[in-house]
Amino acid sequence: MLSYRISKGTDFIRSLPQHQRRSFLANPWQWLHIDPVLLGIVLSIIAFGLCVLYSASTADMATVLRQALRMAMGLGVMLMLAQLPPAFYRRWTPFVFGFGVVLLVLVLVMGIDAKGATRWLQLPGLPRFQPSEIMKLAVPLMVAWYLGDRVRPPKPKPVIASILLIFIPAALVAKQPDLGTALLIGAAGFMVLFLSGLSYWYLLSLLALSIPAGIVMWYGFMHQYQKQRVLTFLDPEREPLGHGWNIIQSKIAIGSGGIEGKGWLKGTQSHLDFLPESSTDFIIAVLAEEWGFIGMASLIGLYVLMVYRGAFIAMRAQDAFSQLLAGGIVFTWFVYVFVNIGMVSGILPVVGVPLPFVSYGGTSAVTLMASIGILMSIHTHRRLLVG
Amino acid sequence: MTKFVTLQDLYRETALFRRRVLVVAAGVLLLALVLLARLFFLQVLQFDYHSTLSERNRIRLEPLPPNRGLIRDAKGRLLAENRPTHSLNIIKEQVKDPARTLRILNSLLPLSADEQQQILNIKRAGGRPFQPIAVHFNLNEVEIARLAVNRYRLPEVVVQADLVRYYPYPELTAHVVGYVGRINEKDQLTIDQARYAGTNHLGKLGLERFYETQLHGEVGYQKVETNARGRELRILEQTDPIPGEELTLYFDLDIQRVAMQAMAGRRGAVVAIELATGGVKAMVSSPSFDGNPFVTGIDGASYRALNESEDRPLFNRVLKGQYPPGSTLKPFVGLAGLHYQKTTWRQVISDPGFYQLEGSSHKYRDWKKGGHGSVDLKKAMAQSCDIFFYRLAHDLEIDRYHDFLQQFGFGLPTQIDIGGERLGVLPSREWKRKKLNQPWYPGETLVVGIGQGYMLATPMQLAVAVAQLAKKGELIQPRLLQSMTQLAQHRELPDLPGLAAANQEPLDEDAASLSTKKLDSPAEISAPVRSPVALRDPEDWVRMFDAMHEVVHGAGGTAKRIAKDIGYQMAGKTGTSQVIAIKQDEKYDAKKLAEIHRDHALFVGFAPVENPQIAVVVLVENGGHGGATAAPIAREVLDAYLLQDYSVSPIEPESLH
Repeated sequence: MLSYRISKGTDFIRSLPQHQRRSFLANPWQWLHIDPVLLGIVLSIIAFGLCVLYSASTADMATVLRQALRMAMGLGVMLMLAQLPPAFYRRWTPFVFGFGVVLLVLVLVMGIDAKGATRWLQLPGLPRFQPSEIMKLAVPLMVAWYLGDRVRPPKPKPVIASILLIFIPAALVAKQPDLGTALLIGAAGFMVLFLSGLSYWYLLSLLALSIPAGIVMWYGFMHQYQKQRVLTFLDPEREPLGHGWNIIQSKIAIGSGGIEGKGWLKGTQSHLDFLPESSTDFIIAVLAEEWGFIGMASLIGLYVLMVYRGAFIAMRAQDAFSQLLAGGIVFTWFVYVFVNIGMVSGILPVVGVPLPFVSYGGTSAVTLMASIGILMSIHTHRRLLVG
Repeated sequence: MTKFVTLQDLYRETALFRRRVLVVAAGVLLLALVLLARLFFLQVLQFDYHSTLSERNRIRLEPLPPNRGLIRDAKGRLLAENRPTHSLNIIKEQVKDPARTLRILNSLLPLSADEQQQILNIKRAGGRPFQPIAVHFNLNEVEIARLAVNRYRLPEVVVQADLVRYYPYPELTAHVVGYVGRINEKDQLTIDQARYAGTNHLGKLGLERFYETQLHGEVGYQKVETNARGRELRILEQTDPIPGEELTLYFDLDIQRVAMQAMAGRRGAVVAIELATGGVKAMVSSPSFDGNPFVTGIDGASYRALNESEDRPLFNRVLKGQYPPGSTLKPFVGLAGLHYQKTTWRQVISDPGFYQLEGSSHKYRDWKKGGHGSVDLKKAMAQSCDIFFYRLAHDLEIDRYHDFLQQFGFGLPTQIDIGGERLGVLPSREWKRKKLNQPWYPGETLVVGIGQGYMLATPMQLAVAVAQLAKKGELIQPRLLQSMTQLAQHRELPDLPGLAAANQEPLDEDAASLSTKKLDSPAEISAPVRSPVALRDPEDWVRMFDAMHEVVHGAGGTAKRIAKDIGYQMAGKTGTSQVIAIKQDEKYDAKKLAEIHRDHALFVGFAPVENPQIAVVVLVENGGHGGATAAPIAREVLDAYLLQDYSVSPIEPESLH
């Protein structure tokens, strides 16, 4: 296929300047700023996800096509962002972060209410969007930008500054309320902080601090529905037809899948509507029901491969900003995966975190693909000592 | 920008970073293993548990109620049938606000107060989840259309086509066939929940109740796949219901109609029993009522009107009405006298118009002032001479009187296959001691000797006694049911949640035993413990027939007026019994008061006298003289049975004696 493209593209190659032509021929992936291994893994997960979505949407091809289109758009964004050098991101990071915080404040002031939460923003001339999605990337970018210029491990002052950089947007998002996204934003920021070499003592004291912080959260920031979710998580049977219903039904779906699953399109829990949110946050339950433990192990394996490839890229990054950003992004993916599967299978509270590349929905898919693009940019813009 | 230029040691810092990446990578692996362990636990170790839950989610057992058995008369005419009607049902799980549902429904169709209450309390209704609950029956086309148009506003409302019991001859059959009614909270305790899953109605009265087990049939069921909202998606497995048995009765609608028309709305009862079979050909309790409104739930006002009517149309006079039989008892007392040799056909007494006990000044008077003169048994029968029977009863004494009459079933259940009969009273020394704690006085024997006083019998008891008399003492078992189909096969119901009313409280043992007690089943009717009556001289049967023949065909017979143009020879006995048992009510006006103090008119008879085929009993409450009022009705019934003459003569003006 590759050779076919090259032969077809002969004219295209000939049109390139001499040095570029040589570079393309030497390594077309490098020339496109794409890491084929990471792309291959991500495409596998997307393909698997589309199959599951086809079933979860009760064989609605339109839904699948819509999702595929979003993924294609995401791939376009990824390709675009991969072309920009890390230095570009570094230059723009403070502006993006500041802009994002302003937007979050705007959401609280003039956001659009939907389902008891104010998460969306409608700006003139723009499609409706969730500014919190921007923060998923802007926070690790900002922390990496901030710590990248400082000695690692970071001294106390930068640590406190970083925590503020993380906490302010996370708190704004939690206020919307969107606890899941707030947690993910916080996790991404802290991942960068940890990778910068944060002393384990700090970590322990942070953990110690989190307990009073948790109490403050519970009484100060958490909305009734969030408290409900935590309480229901602790005892789903408390409300078998209310908040516990989701988790009870998703556990039944997962458990009844067994080792081999009920077969594609044969899941009864999802197809008979026992499983709520079966194409979005709870889509993994559909997969588990229809593909069984084997399917779940395969998907988790793919995610681990993806994270490990990302970790490999991060380890080979050449400057502090790139290292911290790459590491932060990569491990945040796994936080998504762990929180989502953990919540659907009943070991974590239901916080509304989508499963990367699988859950139905546009914004998070684009954000994820953008983060892949940034990673690829870091990987393919290294200054090579040889050649 | 920065004040202090801190030297970053990229080499050392990269090493630190890489160590941290490896730490997190190890953490990733650990967490991935945690997830896999969790999934292994759910999907492999707990697979069976979750698999069962998933199936239970998905599969629902739907009952398929059987069609209720039809009831036909002797000539095959349908007395009880099932007609398709549309009912309004509510799925309570889908009701958000009962008040809102009621408000919208009220704007679409008229609902009774009870129905409105039921809708408001729908959330508390029992039954299986997602089972439609019927709240209103007999929707007409317009109402169905209105509900269809408003379906988007009322997703909880379902219009179902059901078969609902219908009685085509309601007035003629109400006291025989009875009716079915909605299964109520009390019934819930006594029925087998599984067998009645999906069934809305239950026999409440008459044959419908007596043969409930047979008429109901066996419930079928289907396994359906449902979604989370309870909607059925497909049928996985189906077992058809077995319809209830079809009953064919001895009861003949033609004869019943004749009897009913002859009664002409007067209060009373008519029973006709076929002697060869014991089959009840007609059984009128007049006035009657329409059983159909009871099927779907009669409204309070109509029910009150029926219940409080002075004519008591809901009261089954044939089985529950206990009347003094009066002179219709004389053939039996006469036979007792012959049997115990207390009289003979040749004995002649002188009747001065009264009878006195030795040592008492009280005069027991005859109905005829001045008396009948010289009277023998035959004349005493034909002219219903009381004095003869006072003397005879006195000679018999109460013990013999009781023992002999009991052989004809007085004071005993007739065990007819319809529930709720009363036993009447066949007085005895023991009865009086138990009931009133008093000794028996000789004077009371005289009064019961002419079928008055303590002596009470239901028209059905009287009919059975007369039939036994006509059969020369042979026992007779009255029956409405002639035959029934044999469709039933006992079926084990699957023990799956849903059918056995999973949401119902389990039946406690008391309630279960109550159910067998409450529902009379034919198995309970055993052969009567009585034995046939054997007279000392069997020729006395025919002689008594002859005497009863005189009542109708004799020149001085009390029922001679009905012998005109008669096409057969019949035996009979009139009776005119004094009213003592009817309660007086202040609100009766003077005219009414006079009427309810009038005597009951009775007539018993059978025909043809040389080869009896049918026995008949007629009772007209406050009808006056038996020969004038009751006997013509009996003649119409006999004409109908023997001659297939179903025309009814216009009622003659009542003549009081």
